[in-house]
Parts: sequence; structure tokens; C-alpha cells
Amino acid sequence: MIENRPILNLVSHLVLILGIAIVALPIWITFVAATHDAVRMTQAPIPMLPGGHFWANFKQTLFGAGLSGSEAAPVWRMLLNSLTMAMMIAVGKIAISLISAFAIVYFKFPFRMGFFWMIFITLMLPVEVRILPTFEVVADLGMLNSYWGLSIPLIASATATFMFRQVFLTIPDELLESARIDGAGPLRFFWDILIPLSRTNIAALFVILFIYGWNQYLWPLLITTDADMTTIVMSIKQMLEAAEQSPQWNIIMMTALLAMIPPVFVVVAMQKLFVQGLTETDK
Amino acid sequence: MLKRVHFPASVLPYLLVAPQILVTLVFFIWPASQAVYQSFLIEDAFGLSTEFVWLENFTLLMDDAIYLASFGRTILFSVAVAFLSMSMALILAGFADRVVRGATAYRTMLIWPYAVAPVLAGALWVFMFNPTLGIFPFLLEMVGVDWNHYLNGNQAMALVIFAAAWKQIAYNFLFYLAAMQSIPRSLIEAAAIDGAGPVRRFRDLIFPLISPTTFFLLVINAVYAFFDTFGIIHAITQGGPANATTILVYKVFNDGFVGLDLGGSAAQSVILMFLVISMTVVQFRYVERKVEY
Repeated sequence: MIENRPILNLVSHLVLILGIAIVALPIWITFVAATHDAVRMTQAPIPMLPGGHFWANFKQTLFGAGLSGSEAAPVWRMLLNSLTMAMMIAVGKIAISLISAFAIVYFKFPFRMGFFWMIFITLMLPVEVRILPTFEVVADLGMLNSYWGLSIPLIASATATFMFRQVFLTIPDELLESARIDGAGPLRFFWDILIPLSRTNIAALFVILFIYGWNQYLWPLLITTDADMTTIVMSIKQMLEAAEQSPQWNIIMMTALLAMIPPVFVVVAMQKLFVQGLTETDK
Repeated sequence: MLKRVHFPASVLPYLLVAPQILVTLVFFIWPASQAVYQSFLIEDAFGLSTEFVWLENFTLLMDDAIYLASFGRTILFSVAVAFLSMSMALILAGFADRVVRGATAYRTMLIWPYAVAPVLAGALWVFMFNPTLGIFPFLLEMVGVDWNHYLNGNQAMALVIFAAAWKQIAYNFLFYLAAMQSIPRSLIEAAAIDGAGPVRRFRDLIFPLISPTTFFLLVINAVYAFFDTFGIIHAITQGGPANATTILVYKVFNDGFVGLDLGGSAAQSVILMFLVISMTVVQFRYVERKVEY
């Protein structure tokens, strides 16, 4: 506090509350829509206060057929698919980035820099710009409609490798020297010293990557045609298309709510790790 | 780069980099080179024969009014998204930096939209602006505005900009707040003693000091608007009406998967790759420059 300006303090709080209201408004409307029955949601203007059908909609969405008249998989199945995909992407990315960063920082071997630049290139090629040929590769490998196809093409990560490289470079050389004097080999050193020392970085990265994996949209959309493999995030678009014929906004918005709860929960519950992960991976 | 003390060369480091390199080769470098190769080919309408045409796909694109319009639209879109979300975030961070009580609570309430998937953000906004049911068209009608983003291209563009900017506020806010909080308090106190009020301090001290963050966020927001907004557009407008919201990434998808114009789509991919690479280079070259306090 630099100076005492009560009016400015009041204004600060008001602006922040207004900002929060603007940011939260879409979610509030979604929540309200998920608490009314289908009939109420076809009458304009739509309600702004919650109704009493939350649990009925919840049950119908999660365990029932979801949208009536659609052939989509039940929502619990889609949530499970999303969870599997997000976990595979996050764990896979962390695992392969950890070991490749370890190799690049702690070993001197021919083509070391060549490998480093090859990994660096992946940073520059987001999936959106090379969708068609990547799709062909995945189709040729027979990985369409599988968890492998959903996750493996996305698990190479330059940012994660860079981050672990950065972390390893800050670890004092003396640790390695003493470990070697005590007779530890490379894998022992990696497992017993490097991994425990970078535990918080791994956790922070996990938070970011889980959200990244959960929110994947274009890639699952292309490579899954089987209703049993659809992810929850994808299903929203299919429901929006169905809504043009028979709007069931209460179910659609309940699905949207279910789709955003896991990643939002992760951000809010692990806020400190989330902020750390975000600032470390991008800078 | 390399540790002063390191392990001797053996087969082990190769095994350690192998998974990453394998995935990179199979799913990144091979498809990217395929895209480059395909961009030199033209396939006839029935897919029976292909012809190697060097740069014809690119010259076709450069003469294609629809493509050029899409390019201009993408730039307009990303400038609008970056400006809207960064200015909102800057204002909120400026006030949040002042607040002593409840600062963490405010931060929590402001950062979670980061976790909402783009396509979900699109779904929420398309529901709020649904011409028959939505709350905003209802309110707008009272002031005499007829909202229908299915028919009006400008309204469709405005809607995708709102949705994209909304999602990005959280990210910008976090970085602005972190930048402001890392400014030494003594500097701000010195300015206050010299008689600078809060507005003056923000304009002449805080804003210049956080300019590297502004630049960094500009690049990040441009990349976001160019490449991460596919879901938003797919959910809200599907590029329409009449291509009014077809940005470059959407056009690559649409021409390749819907229009099946492989050569043209590949040429667009190659152009996008160049754009990403140049943005990344800019980010790496200039972002590391820190301000000396």
C-alpha cells in the first residue's frame, strides 16, 4: 500500500467485481440453462435464475441417452474417453520429455545438437497446420479410432523438453560428481536425484498438459468416427448441430458444464502449480 | 547447454532420445515434408492423375481473392482479439495489483476460463447470442439492433472475436499481474513521493516497465488467434456466413477435408508453417530481453 485512497480502493474492488461478472456471465447462463427443463428452454427470453431440474438433467445427461434421438455414446463414456486421452497425453509428454532432456543435458554424444534441433522443430508445427498429412500417417498405421491414435501424435513436446532442460541446468554439478563417486550410474542418478529434484516442475507441467489434452478438439474430431471413441469436448459440436432441428438446450448446456468441470477444477484446485506451469513453459 | 561434468557416450543417450525422436519423425517431420511435397502437386478433379507443378499452387493462392480476403480477415481477427483481451486484462491486472485484501480470491475467479476448451467457449457464446433464444439478442432488440449472426457477416465476426477474447483474458491477466508484481515497490514509492498520482504512475512508470510483457503477449495472442481458435469458429459459425469468419486455419481444414483440394490445402499449410516459424523466431529473439530496473 503506497498511499491511502479509500475511493480508489473502492473503485478497484468494483472494477474487479465487474470484470469477474463479465468473465463469469457465460458460465452462469450455462449453469442456469442446465437447471431448467427442455420446454422452458425454448421460450424467449431464457431464464436468468436457476430452476429445479438440475439433478434430472444431470441424470439424463450422464447416464441416459443424452440427447434424445441421437446415436452418440453415453456421456459417462465420453468423459472416460476424455480422461484417458488427457492422461495419456500428459503422462506421455512428461515421460518422453524428461528422458530426452536428461540425454541432451547429461551426455555428450554424436548428433546431440541434431536431435535437439529436431525436437525444437516440433514447437513450430502445431497440429492445425499439418492436419491432412498427419491424418494420413495415422490412418496408414491403423491408429484411427484408438486411444493410441488420439494421444501418440500429440505427445512430442518441444516446450516440455526445454523446460526440463532448463531445470536440469540449474541443478549443481557437484550432485552429479558426488553421485558418481558413490558409484551411481546414469539411470540411478536420473531416478534417485533428478526426478525427486524436479518433482514440482513435473506437477506444474502436468496441470498444463492435462488441460491441453482434455481440450483437444480438431484432432479427435478427425480421427474418431466410432461413437464409442468420441470425447466430451467433441460431442458439444455434434449436439449444437442437432440443436438446429430440435433444441434441447438444457441437455447441451449440462454436457458443456460436465465437459468443463474437470479442467476448471484442476486449475482452481492447483492454482499455484498452474501459474508456475504456465509461466515456465511459455517463457 | 551441456553440463561441465557429464556421462561418457554410450548407447544409453540414444535410447533415451529415441521415443521423442521417433514421434517427431513419424508425426511431425514426415507429415510436414509431405505437406511441402503435396503443395507442389495438382490433382485432377477425379483424383486419377497428379501433376508436378512447382509453385503453381502458391501462385494460384496469391491470385485467389477468397484466400487473400481470408488472410486479411485473419489479421483483423487476431488484432481485434489481442487488443480486446489484452486491454481488458491490463485494466483488471492494474486494479488487482492495487488491491491488498482478497487479491488471491480475485485471481482465482479470473483465471479459470483458461481451462475452458475453445469449442466449449464457442458453444457458450453461440447460446448467449442465439437469435431466437439468446439473452443478448433479446436485450439488443430493445435498443433496436436486429441480431442474427447466421445472416450478418459482421455480427458473426464480432461474436467469434468476443468468444476468442473472453477465453484469452485469463492468460493475459496472469502475465500482466505477475509483471506488475515484480516491479520493485521502491520505484513506485519514489514516484508517489515525487507527487505522481495513480494514473500518472500507471502511464509513465508501470506501463513502460511492463512493455516486454506486452510484446510477449502480443506474439502469444497472435499465435493463439491464428491457430487455437479453430474450435470457436467451428462451433459458432463454421466459417460463414459467406466465408465472413473463415480464417486461415479454418480454410486449410475446409479445403482439405471438405473440399478435398489436397494441393491447395497443402500449399496453405506450408504458408501457415512459415508464419508459425517466423512468429516463434520473433518470440525467442526478443522476448528474452529483460528490462533493467
